Amino acid sequence: MGLATLWASFDPYLRPSVIGLMIFIVFNALIMASAILVLAERKIMGFMQQRYGPYLVGPHGMLQPIADILKLLFKEELRPKGADRWLFTLAPVISVVAAFTAFATVPFGAETTFFGLLDEPIKLGVSDVNVGVLVVFAVTSMGVYGIVLAGWSSNSKYSLMGGLRASAQMISYELAYATALASVVMLAGSLSLREVVDAQSGYWLGFIPRWYLFLQPVGFIIYVIAGVAETNRAPFDFPEAEQELVAGYNTEYSSVRFALFPQAEYINMVTMSAVATDLYLGGWHGPFLPPAYGWIWFLLKVGLILFAYIWVRWTVPRYRYDQLMQFGWKWLFPAAVLNLIATAALILYFNA
Amino acid sequence: MPDTILFYLLAGVAIIASALVIGQRNPMYSIMLLIASFGALSGLYITLDAPFVAMAQIIVYAGAIMVLFLFVVMLLNAPQEDAAEWDRAHPMRRPGFARFGALLAGLLIAQLAWALMRASSLVETPVAGRGDAAALSSVRALGGVLFTDYMFAFEATSVLILVAMVGAVVLARREDDR
Repeated sequence: MGLATLWASFDPYLRPSVIGLMIFIVFNALIMASAILVLAERKIMGFMQQRYGPYLVGPHGMLQPIADILKLLFKEELRPKGADRWLFTLAPVISVVAAFTAFATVPFGAETTFFGLLDEPIKLGVSDVNVGVLVVFAVTSMGVYGIVLAGWSSNSKYSLMGGLRASAQMISYELAYATALASVVMLAGSLSLREVVDAQSGYWLGFIPRWYLFLQPVGFIIYVIAGVAETNRAPFDFPEAEQELVAGYNTEYSSVRFALFPQAEYINMVTMSAVATDLYLGGWHGPFLPPAYGWIWFLLKVGLILFAYIWVRWTVPRYRYDQLMQFGWKWLFPAAVLNLIATAALILYFNA
Repeated sequence: MPDTILFYLLAGVAIIASALVIGQRNPMYSIMLLIASFGALSGLYITLDAPFVAMAQIIVYAGAIMVLFLFVVMLLNAPQEDAAEWDRAHPMRRPGFARFGALLAGLLIAQLAWALMRASSLVETPVAGRGDAAALSSVRALGGVLFTDYMFAFEATSVLILVAMVGAVVLARREDDR
């Protein structure tokens, strides 16, 4: 008895499809990931500041996310009198929908039967489209509307400033981000994330993994910096800079509507890390494990990048706003363009 | 059949959203409706087997240009496009101009109706095979065509945009900066 028998016992028309199951799994995994990340962030912050962090709810404070969620659910839902009724409600929805949708084209494992539970191997990933890189980029760029609209519709000075900063920051860093992506796409010769990952299988000289991290070190650094800026994390958390703008774009939000913003932020972090793993760290390819268990490698790599994300937040102080713009336009973007040109030239040189 | 339903659904959203864009008093709503219209257009591209064009539509128009629009509208912070005194006295508001405008609108509608009636006779003839469309959706083929057959148009557009950008920088510069 296994899942296979259970699966076969369903009427063919009522049998849950593979893609339906995959959507269910990914959706719930992302929700769980955002809850775990909240706890991980506070625990790691506590560790770095030589204190315990949350410790009272459950063993070692492990159930803190549940307490947080319950608290947020039972808060009163407020809407300022001068707020725009429709857009104020729509903004958090846009944020969180964009965050969930972006993961739809991210593959996270090779073909696997899940320890023999399934009859036929399935490819891990909700859908595999031939322009996957562009889909991730397009959908994540929709997420900024949630933040900008939240800032504008709240009818508050601080929120408006947060929204303005979010849109300016997004325009500035999206360019560098896309240019870094283009270099990897040229190397792999494909816009499909699964093909990019498969182009990174194997080893150089028998022991160096063929990851694009080693071919694109500059591109990787640019991608990660722009990724932190795109997800509005410290040191680029200008839209919600709490010392300057109270809480930025989400100042006027409470209860579930408020909860959706941090949730979208954490899911975006996961997506950003998963795409970085697929593009630069060889996705599910790694030593010691057979390809069918590659998703374990994938989870490890994503976890590592997420840890680095949190590490950076509690280590590096926030930039000044003019420094943000200077850095984005005068350093990051030119570096990304030069990297693109160099990559193109080297590809032509070695292929000709 | 699902294709047809999808087409009418997306086309309906695109047309209704576009029509509502010009009916809004609040520029913020206009922008959101325009984004909805772009989204529906991108859906139409996907049903035509052109995923690259669909994604480019989202990234360029909905992702970049509309964020810029939003930024400008928020910066000016004009919540209501109210008809101020000077606005009602504007020369374009005189009845003569209004009648001329109505005439032009009438002409446009007649032209559209004529074009649609002509197009209805073309519906039955099959559009060049779907196989071609699949080849077109390949980014490699698209890039090849763009940098060979349409090289001049492509480069000329780039130069045009560069000129516009330099012009904007020159106009935005204050006198005392020189």
